[in-house]
Amino acid sequence: MSAVVDTLRLTAEDALGLVEGGEVSAAELHGAYLDAIGERDPELHAFLRTADYDGAAGIPIALKDVISTRGIETTAGSRMLEHYVPVFDATVTSRCRAAGLSVLGKTNTDEFAMGSSTENSAYGPSRNPWDPARVPGGSGGGTAAAVSAGLAPWGLGSDTGGSIKQPSALCGNVGLRPTYGTVSRYGIVAFASSLDQVGPVAKTVRDVALLYRIISGSDPADTTTVELPEAVVVPDAERLDGLRVGVPRQAVALEAIEPGVRAAFDATLALAEELGAELRECDLPLSFDYGMPCYYLIAPAEASSNLARYDGVRYGLRSEGETYRSMLERTRDAGFGAEPKRRIMLGTYALSAGYYDAYYGQAQKVRTLLVREHAAAFEDVDVLAMPTSPTVAFPIGDKAADPLAMYACDLLTIPSCLAGLPGLNVPCGFSDGLPVGLQLVGPQFGENVLFGAGHALERALDLDLVPERLR
Amino acid sequence: MSISRDQVLHVARLARLDLAEDEVERLTGELGAILDAVSKVAELDLADVPPTSHPLDLVNAWAEDEPHASLPLEDVLRNAPAAEGSLFRVPPTT
Repeated sequence: MSAVVDTLRLTAEDALGLVEGGEVSAAELHGAYLDAIGERDPELHAFLRTADYDGAAGIPIALKDVISTRGIETTAGSRMLEHYVPVFDATVTSRCRAAGLSVLGKTNTDEFAMGSSTENSAYGPSRNPWDPARVPGGSGGGTAAAVSAGLAPWGLGSDTGGSIKQPSALCGNVGLRPTYGTVSRYGIVAFASSLDQVGPVAKTVRDVALLYRIISGSDPADTTTVELPEAVVVPDAERLDGLRVGVPRQAVALEAIEPGVRAAFDATLALAEELGAELRECDLPLSFDYGMPCYYLIAPAEASSNLARYDGVRYGLRSEGETYRSMLERTRDAGFGAEPKRRIMLGTYALSAGYYDAYYGQAQKVRTLLVREHAAAFEDVDVLAMPTSPTVAFPIGDKAADPLAMYACDLLTIPSCLAGLPGLNVPCGFSDGLPVGLQLVGPQFGENVLFGAGHALERALDLDLVPERLR
Repeated sequence: MSISRDQVLHVARLARLDLAEDEVERLTGELGAILDAVSKVAELDLADVPPTSHPLDLVNAWAEDEPHASLPLEDVLRNAPAAEGSLFRVPPTT
């Protein structure tokens, strides 16, 4: 098969057009992406494994390796699940298949989706297509790197505190963390269940909206899901007239925001105003001071409970032991890497007798205040705008030895995750040749507002989002 | 906020983690630093604030109690480290 199509700049929408117009077959397109992976992924390591064309009628999709795929190994980036082959599809996988998408492969992730760089993957880090010496972000760095390098037209990630939005910012593509409850988690390797959400990553806002339409909606197998109150609208407006954009004072005041990120963000706000948006300062007084501590109690507590299932009995790794108890303890020591262990320990401590009220209980109350202050902010604005990540992609190894420095990567993405709100990363410029991401946060079920705003900005910015070294 | 070595060992037992000596040492330091940072939540007086366990306003989800097919036994046992007949096999409890 010849190189029928150049995947580097191909959007999912255009890829669909090629297939539907008969210009290229679904099998040829799948093959073209596998060729691109063969060419560029030895350097990037975005994929943990690829899948052969399965007869689907449509275009391919990359799935983060926490998403169960029947018959295709699903490891969550952990030795604990090495060789684990699901016997059922996650609901999002079934929905993708039903929509005619072919599973292209499984993308790299920080172990159990815990991290902001993919350096915590037990199978080695992924690399940023803009500069392979730098991280692609995490935990969904594999999907983000794949989309930016033209190794997949689109993909799915999962987001607990920023694992979709932050890698999209660092790799220069569009990522949506949907409203909590709009996408089924059935068949997703669980991390922190009151926070985990699955969402789309793609080259354009329109592609993200198209994929969100495919995966969203209630699922009897996940009782935390609801139907969308309104249908997904694929955006096409080029203006922002009348849109009230709130800029949280406490977010933009953060010293952690690099000057280059700030400059790109400020320029984007000015552009939004030119497009007709009305900028308003607003207040989220507690979110950026207390969001991080609140998150790093709630998420590890829930993780310690969810990861209790890895017991060497039904699936996954087993270490030898004379008794059940010694087998269990050795299995868990051998199977979990440093970050999951850290979070299991922290979460177990925060839930243990005598500490529960002071830590987990207190964090749940802080969460109530964050929910309330976001709701109050949305009384006066339609959308919140702030940078997605305080920094551009950082060098591999820079933060690996300092857990708190790594946790701070999600300073700006965490508060809206705790509040259960949707957030969209849209590339908004460059700093030293590396992408900068704009984070748009909407009210509950406000995805269509995010798509409309994101699309108009994306059109007006008109950035070349193919990494320079690949052009 | 610091955490003692004994506390780390106690929590590791609760979490069923057979930590190696160097891990106990490293985690004692790291958990102390992380607990320092997250203890910030204690600054707020939240006596009258209800907790949020879930960000969606869902009270309950009911399903009809209808029988449906389970996974075939072969699939259930496919990923088991050890199985015998229709059972998962594990070492003795004592």
